[in-house]
Amino acid sequence: MAATPHLEFERDMVEVQEQIDQLLELAEKKGIDVSRELTEMREKLQTLRDETYRNLSPIDQVQVARHPRRPYTKDYIERVFTDFIELHGDRSYRDDAAIVGGWARLDGEPLMLIGHQKGRDMKANLHRNFGMPHPEGYRKALRLMRLAEKFRRPVVTFIDTPGAYPGIGAEKRGQAEAIAMNLREMARLRTPLVSVVIGEGGSGGALALGVTDRILMLEHSIYSVISPEGCAAILWRSADHRDKAAEALKLTSSDLHRLGICDEVIDEPVGGAHTDWDGTSARLRTTLGRHLQELVAMSDDERRKLRWAKYEAMGAWRDR
Amino acid sequence: MAWFRKPKKPLKSGDRRDLPSDVFVKCEGCGEILYREKLAQNLHVCPACGHHFRVGVADYLRILSDEGSFVETETALRSADPLEFTDLKGYAQRLEAAEKKTGRGDAVVTGRALLEEQPIALAIMDFSFIGGSMGSVVGEKIARVGRLALEEERPLVLVSASGGARMMEGIYSLMQMAKTSAVLARMHEAGIPFISILTHPTTGGVTASFAMLGDANLAEPGALIGFAGPRVIEETIKQELPEGFQRAEFLLTHGMVDRVVDRREMKETVARLIRHMFVHDGPGFARGSPESSALPAAAPGESGKDVRG
Repeated sequence: MAATPHLEFERDMVEVQEQIDQLLELAEKKGIDVSRELTEMREKLQTLRDETYRNLSPIDQVQVARHPRRPYTKDYIERVFTDFIELHGDRSYRDDAAIVGGWARLDGEPLMLIGHQKGRDMKANLHRNFGMPHPEGYRKALRLMRLAEKFRRPVVTFIDTPGAYPGIGAEKRGQAEAIAMNLREMARLRTPLVSVVIGEGGSGGALALGVTDRILMLEHSIYSVISPEGCAAILWRSADHRDKAAEALKLTSSDLHRLGICDEVIDEPVGGAHTDWDGTSARLRTTLGRHLQELVAMSDDERRKLRWAKYEAMGAWRDR
Repeated sequence: MAWFRKPKKPLKSGDRRDLPSDVFVKCEGCGEILYREKLAQNLHVCPACGHHFRVGVADYLRILSDEGSFVETETALRSADPLEFTDLKGYAQRLEAAEKKTGRGDAVVTGRALLEEQPIALAIMDFSFIGGSMGSVVGEKIARVGRLALEEERPLVLVSASGGARMMEGIYSLMQMAKTSAVLARMHEAGIPFISILTHPTTGGVTASFAMLGDANLAEPGALIGFAGPRVIEETIKQELPEGFQRAEFLLTHGMVDRVVDRREMKETVARLIRHMFVHDGPGFARGSPESSALPAAAPGESGKDVRG
């Protein structure tokens, strides 16, 4: 009966943590010295974490990427950037709360920050639509990217979405066109672009913020053309086979790095980003800063040519 | 060695009509019995109700290109099965079976052609090859035919028919959306026209990349066009979808395609659009510098009203 939500494979860790908490409580109440026991148990917890997180299966990785305590875009905005001022709306239909964006500073330097936003509880998730954008979300994102280009500021995007929202309104208002237009226009923008997959990189809804000079991924994030559940339902004819689909799809950060899609994997503190928001944020800030420095140093033409070459080389084919 | 052999002609279920299917065909739209040869002459459009039967690559080649003008490019490209993907069946086997069935290396045919004597770059998707899904080869062939259009200054005409991204190529299939769109970005800046023809069905990652990025988006009557498939939407919202949802006419009403065009008028429509956008045979008005990104996004046509179907 843990108070904090946790994943199946985390149960042992949660138990040890609870024992530690109980011990601390007891020590305080009775005034006894438990420091030796405490050290022992903390070491045990650390070992357990190390081992578990070194051996995560692909479907475990998916679970960590979706962990209910994992930091979301706004949590990183508070910890990585300063002076954030949110901007709303696509100027034609409405403001989509599943994508947030606005001016922010990294180490004092101004940039445009855009990211998918999930909700922490049910009420927030209804407002944020579980981080699944409608077309107006992609259009807001594009509007903000063009704004950044106008003032020669770089764009940083945070990717964290189960995917585009499959609903009537989203289709009516042309989500295919909205995503497509982002892909084409991001390829053209005359300003540096960096995307960071912080949790779930779900298909077209993710890619609509993802055509960038650099693609970074947090260690326990995933990026996939389809959810393992969706893939299993189609190819294995049952979502129960999602572990097999997760394996086959090659969707972990190390897979994407090996396949040449992800430029750099940002290590998370052992135990995952959800156990250490500040630690993860610090690593993110350093890596992001380094990539932006490199990109700002290039001319717009040079950067765009490299971006085109990068995307046009993606894929695996044989010329028989 | 099989001891028993299936009869050469597969048995037909009893309730099927008693017509020789190689001579007659029943219209899926109105139920009219049609003479197959007549139907073919009518570009596989029902003369009674205008229903557009699905046609193959060879048919669409005949519909769009001047006779004998098409020269195919990039026939040697094959998927490398980068993930060695296996579900209930191996992807490599699926590819082999699809190639055997269609005689093609993957789900798109590309090349050079003449369309009413105008040199064009042409790409036609093949839905019968793993549902017209887009993997590395489809993405690469479309990128190459786009670069050909750029280099030779030919308008690109692309006929889509696809179930979306090919998940057996994982993240590579998703990235083909970005790749094809990046080439279209370069064409956009260079002022090379791109005509997107959407046929039944065009969904998923293909719709959410090149198919929606035409300087003119033309849809065949009745074609299913969308991002999410209708079944996925129904499961998500737990509601039945309205009649005509995600059909070409619905997209026209909601402003997502420029025109719904009868197949029998497709070639002429494309030719006229290309002439409007690209061909200069009079003194006319000066053409703007190609660097200007203020190119008109699409030729809107006189009105959206004369829809057939």
